[in-house]
Amino acid sequence: MNDRERSISRIAAPVRTFAQRFAYIGLIVTAAALMLVGKMEPAAFERARAHVTDAVAPILDAVSRPLDVAHDMIGEGKTLLALREENARLRAGQDRLLQWQAIARKLETENKALRELLNFVPAPDTKHISARVIGDSGGAFARTMILNAGSRDGVRKGQAVITGAGLVGRVQEVGLRSSRLLLLSDLNSRVPVVIESSRVRGVVAGTNGETLRLVHLPPDVVAAPGDRIVTSGHGGALPAGLPVGVVSVVGESGIEVEPFVDPARLEVVQALDYGLDGIIEFKAGRTEKSR
Amino acid sequence: MKPTFWHRVDKFARDLTPFALTFILLVIGAIPFHIPGFAQVAPLLPMIGIYFWAVYRPDLMPSAAVFLIGLLHDFLSGLPVGVSALIFLMVQGAALAQRSFFFGKSFVIVWIGFVFVAAGALAMEWVVLSVVAGEFIHARTALYQFGLTVAIFPVLSWMFTRWQQAFLQVE
Repeated sequence: MNDRERSISRIAAPVRTFAQRFAYIGLIVTAAALMLVGKMEPAAFERARAHVTDAVAPILDAVSRPLDVAHDMIGEGKTLLALREENARLRAGQDRLLQWQAIARKLETENKALRELLNFVPAPDTKHISARVIGDSGGAFARTMILNAGSRDGVRKGQAVITGAGLVGRVQEVGLRSSRLLLLSDLNSRVPVVIESSRVRGVVAGTNGETLRLVHLPPDVVAAPGDRIVTSGHGGALPAGLPVGVVSVVGESGIEVEPFVDPARLEVVQALDYGLDGIIEFKAGRTEKSR
Repeated sequence: MKPTFWHRVDKFARDLTPFALTFILLVIGAIPFHIPGFAQVAPLLPMIGIYFWAVYRPDLMPSAAVFLIGLLHDFLSGLPVGVSALIFLMVQGAALAQRSFFFGKSFVIVWIGFVFVAAGALAMEWVVLSVVAGEFIHARTALYQFGLTVAIFPVLSWMFTRWQQAFLQVE
């Protein structure tokens, strides 16, 4: 290295350190600014999020398949071991279900006859869109999942996502081939519900914990452990009558609801296309959508 | 002797690997394992990558790369955008600040350093998210997440060290 180069590097080194430090602080400020923008305008990064999820979805899809198979095989083994008990239980259950079926048939015909009498407008037909869970990346502070179906499959923002057991959550963002499912347990999840027996309205809110909270009940409403909670369909976001959970604890700190669906074991879910408008707009004057 | 074109391409590709490996950790963290409760406590793998490379090869993991990893993590995990970017930058900043102290020290010291940095980072994340949400959020799962992240650090460190010895020798 000659003298000239050395003198350049003597000047350049501090300048470079300064530039690096400046870049570091600049990036920190940028990150904070992004958070602020996201807080003020929650929809700001929706598109970017959907694009990133879309881009990673094929990788996740490919990797999660063998895992699902392994998981299924373990499940299969467990089932084989428990076959005898399962059989006995199912036999007992079948008798009960046959009774229910008879009752349901009777009610269905009665319902049909009554509807004809009243000229009742039936709810629009439902389409089910099945999707596999390919991403489960929330970590400790968020409860979301990535599904391998997107707008090209008919998934729309705000659709209810269910399994046979009940409501799982709803679609938060939609990309072309993937979408993000906001679980009931996420802090940002709010679902309008009714207590099935008393028809009292409320809202089920996520806590990031395992149980949900039942809030915004009218005063002096009594809820008892064991009460079933179903969606109310208010606000036009979700169809009515989807099972959500049962009241588990009624205490000083509020009413806790145990969800019917355990998200940890989800592999395949269904998005419901009810032809409803989708998510509630949390803006003044737009909460009540006229249809 | 001037390095040939292919030599430079080769070096460039090798120099890119710390970022690539951290990105792979990010994607691995998003795979559903269907183990009940695991998703909530799954170790924060990218944080390990960021800390390791900040301590051992800071020249190959610039702040902009850390920022990008953080942003992608936010997008993938559904966290408010900017949170992980901020947290990961702080991890990098803390690691860089203590770099001269770690120099020549045994692995255990570096690990203990990570314990403190990870604890600080997760506490910070909890505070930031609580402020964003406007209420205190559940933190118990974050404790388990912290434990698992710290526990898996030696494994990933060992793999990174082997990688470094094999592909990233300083010429």
